[in-house]
Amino acid sequence: MTQQPPAAVPQSPASTDGDVPQQPAFSQPRPAAAKPPLPDETRPPATSRLHRIALGEPIQAEIHDAVLREDAVLEFDHFSLWYGSKQALFDVSFPVARGKVTALIGPSGCGKSTLLRSINRMNDLIDSVRYEGDIRLNGESILGRQVDVIELRKRMGMVFQKPNPFPMSIFENVVYPLRIDGIRNRRLLKEVCEQSLRGAALWDEVKDRLHESGLGLSGGQQQRLCIARAIAGAPEVLLLDEPCSALDPIATAKIEDLINELRGEYSIVIVTHNMQQASRVSDYTALMYLGRLLEYGPTSDIFTRPHLPETNDYITGRFG
Amino acid sequence: MSVPVAPPAETPATSRQPAYRRVFGGSYSLAAQGEPALWVCAAGLVVCLTMIVGLLALVLLQGSFTFWPLPLTELETRDGKRHLGEFTREETFTMGFAALATLEETEREAAERLLCPALRRYLQRLVENDRLEPAMQEAAKQAAGLLERALLEIPAVASATPAEQRRMRAELQSLWRERRSEYRRRLLDRLRESLERSDDALLELLRGIEAKYQSWLGQSDPSQVMASLRDDDATAFAVWSRPVLQLLAVDVRIPVRRRLLRIGNYELTNEHFRWIADYQIVPGSEHHPQWAAIFERIAWGRFYGIPKELWVGDERVAVGPQQTWLAFERHHPAVRKRWREIRHIEKHVIGEINRKMEAARLSLRRLELDLQRRLGRTDVRETPQFRHAQAEFDETEKRLNEAFRQAQQNIERLRAENAGFRLVVTTAEGDDHSLQLADIVRAYTANRLTRREKFSVYLSRWWEFLSEEPREANSEGGVFPAIWGTVAMTLLMSVVVVPFGVLAALYLREYARSGPAISILRIAINNLAGVPSIVFGVFGLGFFCYTVGGGVDALFFPERLPAPTFGTGGLLWASLTLALLTLPVVIVATEEALAAVPRSMREGSLACGATQWQTIRNIVLPRAMPGIMTGMILAMARGAGEVAPLMLVGAVKLAPELPIDGVFPYVHLERSFMHLGFHIYDLGFQSPNSEAAKPMVFTTTLLLIVLIGVMNFFAMWLRSRLTRRFAHGQF
Ligand SMILES: Nc1ncnc2c1ncn2[C@@H]1O[C@H](COP(=O)(O)OP(=O)(O)O)[C@@H](O)[C@H]1O
Ligand SMILES: [Mg+2]
Repeated sequence: MTQQPPAAVPQSPASTDGDVPQQPAFSQPRPAAAKPPLPDETRPPATSRLHRIALGEPIQAEIHDAVLREDAVLEFDHFSLWYGSKQALFDVSFPVARGKVTALIGPSGCGKSTLLRSINRMNDLIDSVRYEGDIRLNGESILGRQVDVIELRKRMGMVFQKPNPFPMSIFENVVYPLRIDGIRNRRLLKEVCEQSLRGAALWDEVKDRLHESGLGLSGGQQQRLCIARAIAGAPEVLLLDEPCSALDPIATAKIEDLINELRGEYSIVIVTHNMQQASRVSDYTALMYLGRLLEYGPTSDIFTRPHLPETNDYITGRFG
Repeated sequence: MSVPVAPPAETPATSRQPAYRRVFGGSYSLAAQGEPALWVCAAGLVVCLTMIVGLLALVLLQGSFTFWPLPLTELETRDGKRHLGEFTREETFTMGFAALATLEETEREAAERLLCPALRRYLQRLVENDRLEPAMQEAAKQAAGLLERALLEIPAVASATPAEQRRMRAELQSLWRERRSEYRRRLLDRLRESLERSDDALLELLRGIEAKYQSWLGQSDPSQVMASLRDDDATAFAVWSRPVLQLLAVDVRIPVRRRLLRIGNYELTNEHFRWIADYQIVPGSEHHPQWAAIFERIAWGRFYGIPKELWVGDERVAVGPQQTWLAFERHHPAVRKRWREIRHIEKHVIGEINRKMEAARLSLRRLELDLQRRLGRTDVRETPQFRHAQAEFDETEKRLNEAFRQAQQNIERLRAENAGFRLVVTTAEGDDHSLQLADIVRAYTANRLTRREKFSVYLSRWWEFLSEEPREANSEGGVFPAIWGTVAMTLLMSVVVVPFGVLAALYLREYARSGPAISILRIAINNLAGVPSIVFGVFGLGFFCYTVGGGVDALFFPERLPAPTFGTGGLLWASLTLALLTLPVVIVATEEALAAVPRSMREGSLACGATQWQTIRNIVLPRAMPGIMTGMILAMARGAGEVAPLMLVGAVKLAPELPIDGVFPYVHLERSFMHLGFHIYDLGFQSPNSEAAKPMVFTTTLLLIVLIGVMNFFAMWLRSRLTRRFAHGQF
């Protein structure tokens, strides 16, 4: 949970490009002419950028202008994170648009979950974790010493890869965030429960058995229950970590519909390894590779005309 | 069980098999064959089950038959005595000719008759195999030595001079050298002849030889000892043959049944039980007298006899078994009712008076101590306050003494009323014995009972066992105080150990950062489970009873000193000691249960903004509850069955008062208590009447097992209810 810079930050060698930004990367206007993706034959060896990342060289993230025009709910500012001596995130800087769905994609192990868990500081639970840089929610740092982590987490809702309903009734599962705030008012609880379950598109299925165990639901229902729980506390940001990877296609479709419905109401960050899903549900997509942000832009652009050839390779399945 | 063998070499090697298979055939590894592992596991299970089921079945069978009313048997033994009682068990022992010497004349005859056919069969077999002659030769060689020793034991010879003795032995040897081949032949002939005829003939032969031999041994004149051998050929033959026959018969043994007869009537016979072998019984004397009755008494154990007369005061109200029995059944309940009234007065009324008296005395003493402290001097008895209190105390004492006298009078009156009721019972020996009706707890004419009546006696004994206090050094009566003590102690122990154990485990698992210190702590806790329980007892006695208890006494009960209140073994200290003993069980089980709560659930809760304590309270603990309950069940079972430490910290053979009763403050943590486990130990090893105690050991064991079972069952029911709440649905 240390936040001061580590004694020996792996300092990158002097940049060869000479244009390492001193300001957050996204605040700098991009060079006007974005290069169109190169045809396969003329492209420099595919290893070039990925290879340089693998060698540990700093890489300028490719961030589309459209993103910068959005109102940012979250901003990553040169955020780096270490698990013990192993660095998992390298100097990540990008904004997350308010009220939009932002997808994090990338090969597994590239740090998507780590990034997501940094937002509500779940990584603090791991003893060996330390980080530097900053993350700002509505312009305020959330990493400072004075920040109340518990309060912070109450402003976020998180849904995990594996559905994790609590060993209690469906009703209690949903109103759990209120319960821990000490709210006893039965009417209010009922209201919130119904609202959240409707919001999670689960109400009709469970309204007759609210007092049965949440563990008795099917996998897809359990995940929607977790979503209901996540939105019961009226969070500002909804964090979804591969919410569909443990579900069958029908349940997945339901969750995706649900995300579409929640769009606008909540700012959603969703981690997914499923490219189709990202393209279907998200407004913006960030591609990560080995702990670094590679390219970040409107989903339609990322999937149809990415700026980087590596992005093209990734979304067409040539690496990752 | 088939031993795995290499597959036959001619296995067709298809091209689809991997290369190594084509080269080496199939699997050579034993582990690659599933079958042996299955058999080994099954065998392990069978061994475990056999032991457990065997033990339980033994306890169940022995324990549940203890209270079944057995028939009464009357019989006459060959020594002319008559016995009446219940056969409680039987066993078989082997008897040979050597044992005959220890028997009484009459019994020896019967035993000989039993042994003779066996000897005849044995010798006949020797004859058939042509081995009688060599066997006899062998026996004769050894017999010479025996006979010389017997010679020296004849009183007349034993007192002779050594020179004389040497001469006699030499003479004996020369005599045998002369005659032994002839005697051998003669003995062979006689034996063959009697073997062919009958058992009786053989017996006659043996007896003839024995009689001559005995009369030779009985000679008083030393000169006659040798002379009779020299001159009387028949005597010499008998003396020579007797040890030979003895050696020949040494391997002949027959099984004999003997039965243990509970004869009771301790004040007359000085024993409760007597072994009776079959040959001791006069044939045909064994029968079940119709009116024979069993009387279970408050003291002296059981009495067996036939009711003869019933007296009320100086009036004989019934004569003859039937009438007497009917009259007994009519009068007994009322007498017992008065007896119970007496007990009630003794226990409650007088107990209450004693308590008040003690309280008054203590409050006076407290005042004295208080004054001494306040005034700073010891002679405070002359102060006005103390005088006033003293006067009040005297007043109270007088009042209580009056009440005590009243109660005493009541008791006397009831006793006098009861004293008139006497039952005269005829014992098997024909003596009349008079029993006070008030002393009789239960009586029944065992041989007249129908099955249903037997069952009701059985149930009433069980009820007495479960609900009454023990009597007769714990070998009779009930074990209610022990049940009560066991339950109270176990519950108190659980109440202490579970919260502490769970809290400790929570800290270890949820809060502490893992490191060497925590590892050492964990190892220490696990090792605590391996410390012998008696060590905990010693610790409990030294620390809880003497140190803590002594401190408590000095602080809160100075007026009672030097008599200890908490400074000695008691319910509280025993519970705490056992709590310490079972702490590792709870901690380990709880830690395991906590570790099994999935990480994802904790994360889910923390991500909702719950604090760690909220997460533990709302998610982790409920989820781990079944596992914690398992730990509690194990701890309870272990604690309830423990005996050794309890002997040091408060379990006693007989506790006058229950640790939890209806007298304020209801729970008396300082009292010593009875415990079923200790009761079993006491019955098994400390009872003066061990034969009567033995079945009670099994019954008490059965009860303890059932009790632990019930407590466990309750805990398991609770656990299953909890588990059902957390059962995973389909996925
Ligand atoms: N608790 C942890 N301790 C140490 N290393 C971790 C831990 N969690 C993740 N990592 C490492 O951090 C990197 C990023 O992991 P993660 O964020 O889970 O990847 P993703 O979610 O993109 O598959 C991986 O290399 C992984 O091995
Ligand atoms: Mg992940």
